[in-house]
Amino acid sequence: MENFIIQLLNGLVASMLLFIMAAGLSLIFGQMNVINLAHGAFYLLGGYIGLSVVRRFDNFWLALIIAPLIVGGLGVIIEYLFLRRLYGTHRHLDQVLFTFGLALVASDLIQWNWGAYVESVAPPTLLAGHIPVFSLTFPIYRLSLIGFGLLLALALWLFLERTRLGAIVRAGVSDAQMVSGLGINIHLVFAGIFALGTALAALAGVVGSPIRPLYPGLDFEILILTLVVVVVGGLGSLQGAFFGSLLIGMADTFGKAYLPEFSLFLIFAVMAVVLLIRPAGLFGLKENGQ
Amino acid sequence: MTSLTEQMGLSTWLGQKRVKLGLIIMAVILALIYPYVSSLYFLSLAIEVFIFAIFAMSLDLLLGYTGLASFGHAAFLGLGGYILGYISSRSDLALNLTSNILITLPLVIIGTALIAFIIGFFALRTSGIYFLMVTLAFAQMLFSIAIRWSGITGGSDGLAGVARPVIGLGSFSYEFSSRPSFYYLVLFFFLLSWWLLRRIVNSPFGWTLRGIRENEQRMKALGYNTFRFKMAAFVIAGTFAGLSGMLLVQFFRHAAPGNLYWTMSGQVIVMLIVGGTGTLIGPILGAMVIRLFPLFVSSYTERWELLLGLLFILFVLFAPKGIMGFLGVKPSTLLTQEKRPSG
Repeated sequence: MENFIIQLLNGLVASMLLFIMAAGLSLIFGQMNVINLAHGAFYLLGGYIGLSVVRRFDNFWLALIIAPLIVGGLGVIIEYLFLRRLYGTHRHLDQVLFTFGLALVASDLIQWNWGAYVESVAPPTLLAGHIPVFSLTFPIYRLSLIGFGLLLALALWLFLERTRLGAIVRAGVSDAQMVSGLGINIHLVFAGIFALGTALAALAGVVGSPIRPLYPGLDFEILILTLVVVVVGGLGSLQGAFFGSLLIGMADTFGKAYLPEFSLFLIFAVMAVVLLIRPAGLFGLKENGQ
Repeated sequence: MTSLTEQMGLSTWLGQKRVKLGLIIMAVILALIYPYVSSLYFLSLAIEVFIFAIFAMSLDLLLGYTGLASFGHAAFLGLGGYILGYISSRSDLALNLTSNILITLPLVIIGTALIAFIIGFFALRTSGIYFLMVTLAFAQMLFSIAIRWSGITGGSDGLAGVARPVIGLGSFSYEFSSRPSFYYLVLFFFLLSWWLLRRIVNSPFGWTLRGIRENEQRMKALGYNTFRFKMAAFVIAGTFAGLSGMLLVQFFRHAAPGNLYWTMSGQVIVMLIVGGTGTLIGPILGAMVIRLFPLFVSSYTERWELLLGLLFILFVLFAPKGIMGFLGVKPSTLLTQEKRPSG
């Protein structure tokens, strides 16, 4: 029973990390119809920038601000220089392929700069230590990560549903051309959303680094899990990203704990079942991603 | 750039049937005498190019002709290789059984077709971006299985020491032990695959696939069960990819998990983009460019991934129709833009 509760908490931690990733990916897709295959690379880049900041200034909180800022800024540059050239109704595949090329370049440059070692980051001293859970203990950092993820979900929801900017973004998901026709600079919105999405990936990289050590190849592992989340949850919806993350995070954690031989199968089995019942995902807005 | 080649008359010249046939015959003759003039190193490169050309052509059937953007095609390359590697690793069976192409080839084809059917059953419920993500995810599942299930797959080391292919029927037996003999074996499978795929894409079935690519709703309205057609295309493409995977493992004598990895799926899409989709010849050119690419940048081979990514980005941004588009060869469509009725 105690072990079950620990696994439940671990599942929540994994889910929240996935949610931060999936929210960014889903936002970008909903707005621009682009599946950003470099999303995992942005996660890893964020994590490594965080690592460098922590090593240099010994301040985790600073890393939490700097890494998303740098990666988000990079996102704006990439959107402005390259992705913008590929907008258009029949170039979705080109956009996806572009982000794949970007993922290759980024993963190689990251390895060039930070090497191929397994690096882990210590959690901030404020959140170090454990708290007792019945007769067992649970790291405070992981517990606060659950709270952080829930807060972020709430903040994103409020932003999208309760602010004027959020309304513009939601309108852009439905019909970007019409939004543009209403006199709103849709290009600026696109750039902003791409920056927000990539910054979220970098944020996930920083907050995830004390739990999941960084190494080359992690970018792709994270990307695949995130893709499964958005396939299950449905692209372009925040609720989909949230509940998809919970489902996959839990399936992954409990699978690893209780059925280690079949843990990978479990995630893909969940995906396969969802595809059979609801091909557009549990909360999918766009039918079949067309 | 297209207009320049058109002015030179290159595309009309290339479009003539006689010229096409002549070029093909010349290429085949060159390929046949190649082992007599080439060094062993360049012979190996040619073998690699032909194997990857089969792999790239098989994806063209999906991406170029049916409009299904699979990002997990490496699943079938790897699978074909692992099936062969596993058969070969069964030392309890007689060697002349486990290395005999007449036995291994049907097993590879049945195995990859079966897995392609299962993956297609789920993946083809989706389309567009979703299809891309789902195929990528399934390929990753196979990669993870290959890494974890080390009793069968050899884990991250893969299966080494794969036996050289033998063809044996009754008392007759021939081992493809020399490099040139293996080259001819690969050349045979390459020409066979090209011929078969050409037959497929130019058959009524192939034209139905093009119809699905152009407008699936309309094909449905015409009474076509598009799911079945897409499934058939997916299984055929998977089988040819499995064949190329088998040859690749026989060549390197090593079934490696890297053959299942997403960079392999990406690499074959690069081949298609570089060569031009929906043409079959384009993927062959693309395979040639990508596999020979390290020759020209030998001093940077450590940064191979970086260069591949840059090449990818450049082609997507500046030449999305690939080499074939540059030569003015258009992928075959139901109606050309000019003939299409207005409105």
